[in-house]
Amino acid sequence: MKIAVCLKRVPDTTTKIVVAADGKSIDETGVKFVMNPYDEYAIEAAIAFKEKAGAGETTVFSLGGDAAQETMRTALAMGIDRGVLLKGEGSADGLEVAKALAAELKGGGFDLILFGKIAVDDYNHQVGVMVAELLEMPCLSAVSSLTIEAGAVMAEREVEGGVEVLGCQLPAVITADKGINTPRLPSLKGIMAAKKKPFEVKPVALGQGGLTVLGLSLPPERQAGRIVGEGPDAVAALVQLLRTEAKVI
Amino acid sequence: MSTGIAESQFTGVDFYQVDTLLTEEERAVRDTVRAWVDENLIPIIGEYYVAGKFPKQIIPGLAELGVLGANLPEEYGCAGLGNVAYGLIMQELERGDSGIRSFASVQGGLVMYPIYAFGSDEQKKRWLPRLAKGEEIGCFGLTEPDFGSNPSGMITTAKETKDGWVLNGTKMWITNGSQATVAVVWAKTGAVDDAKSIRGFIVPTNTKGFTSKDQKGKLSLRASDTSELHLDDVHLPKDALLPKSGGLKSPLMCLTQARYGISWGALGAAMACYDEAVRYAKNRVMFGKPIGGTQIQQVRLADMLTEITKGQLLCLQLGRMKDAGTMTPQHVSMAKRNNVDIACDIAREARRLLGANGILAEYHSMRHMANLESVYTYEGTHDMHSLILGQEITGLAAY
Repeated sequence: MKIAVCLKRVPDTTTKIVVAADGKSIDETGVKFVMNPYDEYAIEAAIAFKEKAGAGETTVFSLGGDAAQETMRTALAMGIDRGVLLKGEGSADGLEVAKALAAELKGGGFDLILFGKIAVDDYNHQVGVMVAELLEMPCLSAVSSLTIEAGAVMAEREVEGGVEVLGCQLPAVITADKGINTPRLPSLKGIMAAKKKPFEVKPVALGQGGLTVLGLSLPPERQAGRIVGEGPDAVAALVQLLRTEAKVI
Repeated sequence: MSTGIAESQFTGVDFYQVDTLLTEEERAVRDTVRAWVDENLIPIIGEYYVAGKFPKQIIPGLAELGVLGANLPEEYGCAGLGNVAYGLIMQELERGDSGIRSFASVQGGLVMYPIYAFGSDEQKKRWLPRLAKGEEIGCFGLTEPDFGSNPSGMITTAKETKDGWVLNGTKMWITNGSQATVAVVWAKTGAVDDAKSIRGFIVPTNTKGFTSKDQKGKLSLRASDTSELHLDDVHLPKDALLPKSGGLKSPLMCLTQARYGISWGALGAAMACYDEAVRYAKNRVMFGKPIGGTQIQQVRLADMLTEITKGQLLCLQLGRMKDAGTMTPQHVSMAKRNNVDIACDIAREARRLLGANGILAEYHSMRHMANLESVYTYEGTHDMHSLILGQEITGLAAY
């Protein structure tokens, strides 16, 4: 089985974000970048399928600058066989990113193409499903459980108040949600082996796209709390404030 | 790995952008071990420390990660890392607990290293892959009840017979001693005053005449196994001898390896205490404001960060020299002496900053503080390293 995984390099979730001077991007100074956490699930799924099958090849793709190579090498250290970096500027328009990835993936003969369900930097939920559409493949998105038997995919997706069970034939595109697996840590040997694995860099130029970022702003600072009073005597005042000021009841 | 990182998560101490001096692999190795420690060690260590038990269940995970003998070559099943990456592993392990770092130091630096450096090809092939996988646990028997800082005075003997060796003696303060399946034991093959006759032996601990017993009542390194070894007419085959070992220099070379790791490890313990102190200082409100806003705590924190930063640069250069083959035992003495000393101070100051909470096992500083007293004392006491440096400076031995 040939498996592709697409990953994105994103700011670490512990990073304090600062909006850059242009008001439309983040200031990357001192920001630590990591693999998009949902992509870790996709990587783990790819490696686990290959291990279970005892054969096959796994390839990681990413679109971005040279710095994305470091993130991709984490995937190679975890056990992915080879990497392809589509080197170029990303785009705010998920469709442009999807087109570039689909053009690369098309004709690659992949049985399974995996994504994280969402990138935690822009929260677009778009690229994986758009790639499926462009490649005319079935797409099972945001799956929290996945099995493959004799070319048939069985997946579960958590929906409001229940679980949806979905199936399709390979080839297919899957986007992974948490719960699907527990991503492994790369082993130290894996880290050393990663730099010896095949790695290609291919320049890409993305189209203009129809979407532009007009501005970025941080959420308002949390206001300090206020202690209304203590004990049962304070309840009436608290209820009053929750009604009139916070307007939550 | 998770999609939401708890606010309590350790994200490193790096005031001087030391990260920019590390390679991508070195950072990746450190971050991997850091994540492993956060997930597998930090949540359980307090409980094991209080119970006075080594958490055995972590061994397979450490082995799978590739931590054991990580700087030895791949042909023996090891990760083949450089020495800075190895040091960063020790840093992260000791950020968890000095006892756990001791376990890894002994297995890698004091058991696998001598087999690698002084062993025959056959010994290396037989033992190293199994030690790397954690299938065998090793200990190192050098120190004796009456010979600590002066190991050349040891009275353990190895007498050659026509088909092998017979060992007799007692070893003390042996990390991993009770759980070890194999011991590297140092003994005199000649007269009792002949330090040149010291040789190393690989002793499977199930050999008749070999016994170990736990040293009870430790108030430090409680999550580590420390034992006394007794060798009572232990008969060994000829090939138990490490053929390339000879004189006190051989075990001292092993200690240089372990002390190198300790220099980094002590920084890890210091970082854990500093990190805990900073968080506490920002959150603990007294007299209507966080205690971090008081001058006395700021002085404490400024001192801690300064000493950690100096220690990081010391270690990094030491590691680069080790990789380049220019590191001397005296270089290691300086780093071990300095970094353990500052870690002791940082742990104590952090504990004090934490007030009454600081005496609880729920917090980490007092555990580190107590552990570091052992680290200060073992692998060459602080004082012995002063004298080694003194001799280096003046050319005159004061011991």
